[in-house]
Amino acid sequence: MIEIENLRKSFGALEVLKGIDLTVANGEVVTIIGGSGSGKSTLLTCINGLEAIDAGSIRIDGVEVHAKATNINKLRQNVGIVFQQWNAFPHLTVLENVMLAPRKVLGMARQQAEDIAAKHLAHVGLGDKISVYPSRLSGGQQQRMAIARALAMSPKYMLFDEVTSALDPQLVGEVLDTLKMLAEEGMTMICVTHEMAFARDVSDRVAFFHQGVVAEIGTPDQIFGSPRHPETQKFLSGVR
Amino acid sequence: MFETALTLNDLVFLAKGAGMTLAVTAVSVAAGTVMGVIFGVIRAQVGPYWAAPLTFVLDVFRSVPLLIQLVLANAFQAIAKFGWDPFTTSCVVLSLYTAAYCTEIVRGGIDAVPVITRRAARSLGLTWAQDMRYVVAPLATRVSLPAWIGLTLGVMKDSALVLWLGLTELLKSSQILITRLQEPLFILLICGAVYFLISFPIARLGGYLERRWSPND
Repeated sequence: MIEIENLRKSFGALEVLKGIDLTVANGEVVTIIGGSGSGKSTLLTCINGLEAIDAGSIRIDGVEVHAKATNINKLRQNVGIVFQQWNAFPHLTVLENVMLAPRKVLGMARQQAEDIAAKHLAHVGLGDKISVYPSRLSGGQQQRMAIARALAMSPKYMLFDEVTSALDPQLVGEVLDTLKMLAEEGMTMICVTHEMAFARDVSDRVAFFHQGVVAEIGTPDQIFGSPRHPETQKFLSGVR
Repeated sequence: MFETALTLNDLVFLAKGAGMTLAVTAVSVAAGTVMGVIFGVIRAQVGPYWAAPLTFVLDVFRSVPLLIQLVLANAFQAIAKFGWDPFTTSCVVLSLYTAAYCTEIVRGGIDAVPVITRRAARSLGLTWAQDMRYVVAPLATRVSLPAWIGLTLGVMKDSALVLWLGLTELLKSSQILITRLQEPLFILLICGAVYFLISFPIARLGGYLERRWSPND
């Protein structure tokens, strides 16, 4: 379970998160929608401990993410994240990209890491690309590789930060299909997205972020069908 | 036909000089690179503010002409009674000189690795050291290699200046032969050819590594 309480985060004078409360139960898929600069992506990097926080708390399975005593590298093994920008390790083949963390972080033997990497790559539909370098992949394939790379650590939680925003429109579908597949397999996920149809399809709950707070949260039917908050209504009428 | 008083023994003498050039260069580049990597990582890691004292010292080594550094260091080690021989003094000065340049090359290479790539590595649970070792180091090496090869070749030629401390390296041995045989053009031609023979493989090695790595980028 991911429990976020009164989370605050500023970059200099700019307060990006102004008291976020959000609890994500195991097996749940929560999507976060909202305008640019509403703090969606910052929240994900805070959950993963990549950004420090100013106030409040984030607990993952009861462990305080930002406590000094917490072994953040250990905690991150349980929380995979995929970013908007492609971030393959360009000097490694696709297979080696996925093998790196299992080998070095989990200390797996080469053969075992290779098997696991190959399994996850096949799972995201890249079984025939394992020996090429990332520069030979399309954007959609790079993102699916990044998903496989995160999955190879067998995380309990996956965070997706606008993973389709940098893609050509015709490549968006293949990545969203991969996310849907994960959701159906029961992965606990938090997805920041601008793909409303996707949010409606896969989410258990949808959270609308506005100016650093969760303005409204509810089931997809409620948020998309009968949004209560005026800003939600405005946002949804704008993106449709 | 062309006639020369140059004997086989003289060529052996030149080769010994070249050996000295190679020895000074190898020690200096090796030690300088190790220091440069350490200083470069520190510079990239702690940011310009905290690295300012280090940067200042390295800037001194980059700005003061090498000849002056050699002479001053030699005088200093004599005054301080270090008892260094000219070879040691030369290697110490050239190592620091190399380190000063290498630091910037390493820092540039590290800075060239996208932040997002490093974030991805850390997000997978890799520690800072693992990120450095398995992601940053290979990528930064690729970026830095051409500059580092250039530095190595430069240091090898600059190492001629150690003759002022009394080391008989390639240029000094050529000068000795010129003084004795009075055939400056011919001997300098040979001297230049030897420098080329030493440099060429290093330059080619750089080119080979660049080609080997480039299809993956």
